[in-house]
Amino acid sequence: MEIVKLLNMLPGAVAQGLIWGIMAIGVYVTYKVLDFADLTVDGTMTAGGAVCVVMLLRGHSVGEALFLSFLAGMLAGLVTGLFHTVMGIPPILAGILTQLGLYSVNLRIMGGKANQSLGMGNYDILVSLRWIKDVPFYQNTIFVTAIFVAMIIGVLYWFFGTETGCAIRATGSNPNMSRAQGINTNLCKIMGLMLSNGIVALGSGLYAQYQGFADVNMGRGAIVIGLAAVIIGQVTFGRIRGNFAFKMLTVAFGAIIYYLVMQVVIWLGMDPNDLKLLSALVVAVFLSIPYLKSKYFTKPVRKGGASRA
Amino acid sequence: MLRMQEIWKTFNAGTVNEKTALSGLSLELQEGDFVTVIGGNGAGKSTMLNAVAGVWPVDEGKIYIDNMDVTRLAEHRRAKYLGRVFQDPMTGTAANMQIQENLALALRRGKKRFLGIGITRSEREMYKEKLQTLELGLEDRMTSKVGLLSGGQRQALTLLMATLKKPRLLLLDEHTAALDPKTAAKVLEATDRIVGQDHLTTLMITHNMKDAIAHGNRLIMMHEGRVIYDVSGDEKKRLKVSDLLAKFEQASGSEFANDRMMLA
Repeated sequence: MEIVKLLNMLPGAVAQGLIWGIMAIGVYVTYKVLDFADLTVDGTMTAGGAVCVVMLLRGHSVGEALFLSFLAGMLAGLVTGLFHTVMGIPPILAGILTQLGLYSVNLRIMGGKANQSLGMGNYDILVSLRWIKDVPFYQNTIFVTAIFVAMIIGVLYWFFGTETGCAIRATGSNPNMSRAQGINTNLCKIMGLMLSNGIVALGSGLYAQYQGFADVNMGRGAIVIGLAAVIIGQVTFGRIRGNFAFKMLTVAFGAIIYYLVMQVVIWLGMDPNDLKLLSALVVAVFLSIPYLKSKYFTKPVRKGGASRA
Repeated sequence: MLRMQEIWKTFNAGTVNEKTALSGLSLELQEGDFVTVIGGNGAGKSTMLNAVAGVWPVDEGKIYIDNMDVTRLAEHRRAKYLGRVFQDPMTGTAANMQIQENLALALRRGKKRFLGIGITRSEREMYKEKLQTLELGLEDRMTSKVGLLSGGQRQALTLLMATLKKPRLLLLDEHTAALDPKTAAKVLEATDRIVGQDHLTTLMITHNMKDAIAHGNRLIMMHEGRVIYDVSGDEKKRLKVSDLLAKFEQASGSEFANDRMMLA
């Protein structure tokens, strides 16, 4: 257990964490803003990468590839949204159905193969695990990904301040009130799901570039990592009052912390195969904290206290 | 202005929980009517308001607003014409949004929402003035989350939101029932003021008979999903609580003795 070895691993963990941070921001949009636990993302986290890699292999530019990844994610979100709003399927089940269907779709995207590699080919990509050290800073994967994160947060911050964005937030906060104020809550849910899955697929596209391949299982458990990032960010930075943009930034930091911790755990000698079990348990514990707190550590609430704030 | 024709609504049809909530309800409101609605539990008062608001489709009958058939119009489209305040203070506002954001949502009721800015500077000034009229100090807390407000404050805010964009019809569903008497009186006072100022056509459910007599120009009593008593003008002004109780006992027999309306 040499400390030098750990230090060497950390920049890679930060880069991976940041890329997953993009994905986690997508999860934040559904889970926190829309109050919709969307399990589609496990499928979307593969679809985005598959589309991106296949596009690159076919000689398209990285811009076109990522744009199409984004669209593919939006399409997945649209399907889940329609399952839920038009067909009345509960949120979690709607997401699971899309996710399952996406497994076949993803295989088709990759031409029937379980994975597609960029190999040693000289493709025009933005990020790679080879570009963590010893490259000019503007080519450094951490720098490039950070710019993506900043741009996405900027666009989302603007969007959720618009009339449409406010309507989506209201839908997540109180759908009855939203309809009473003339908001089409079904449309808002669909738009939120599309936006969220688009962002997840964009993150997936970057992740596929980073690791150099897309794999049909690369999205497995993505929702748990996304939730972990959201919750870790909330717990770590929750005491700092900040605006909406800051909250999304804490999600990205949450993802980085998650990957750093995982890296440390591996360094300590944990079998990488056990990581998913560890993630599941960690997320379960963090998800239960608000409930357990209210059950066992409730302080007397002053009159006019906020039960739902 | 509002016309309901022979409205029928049965919940859980075909099950042991089957409940006919509206049975051939007809009601017509004139422009500027302020109608108080009373009736026992399960009389169909809230169901009537929800039918007007379009929360679910009715089984039979027609609903017209300004002679326009809205029977099949979706809830969020109908919202254009309606201002609503609910019994539960939690229902009418978005708890994790700011006071001013809630008002901004209400101002855009009935308007198409695109990528315009969600809340403008000039709006804020207007909200500040409107909030001042509530005399609850909310004008100094415009960026506070609504979830931090008390039930009374939230109801007052919901009332303001319901009337911010002048609705064709204001629906008040026991909007003071969950509040303490002092706060309830304050919210009712605000209701009278706003309805009077804007000459709003209003349907107000209350379980307090005194309030039902003291407010509005017309009173209807509901029982088993239809209107059984409809009184307005001078006749309503002369009403006493005992008259209403007698009327009700006549309609419903002894079952009324256990009803919570007795407490009023």
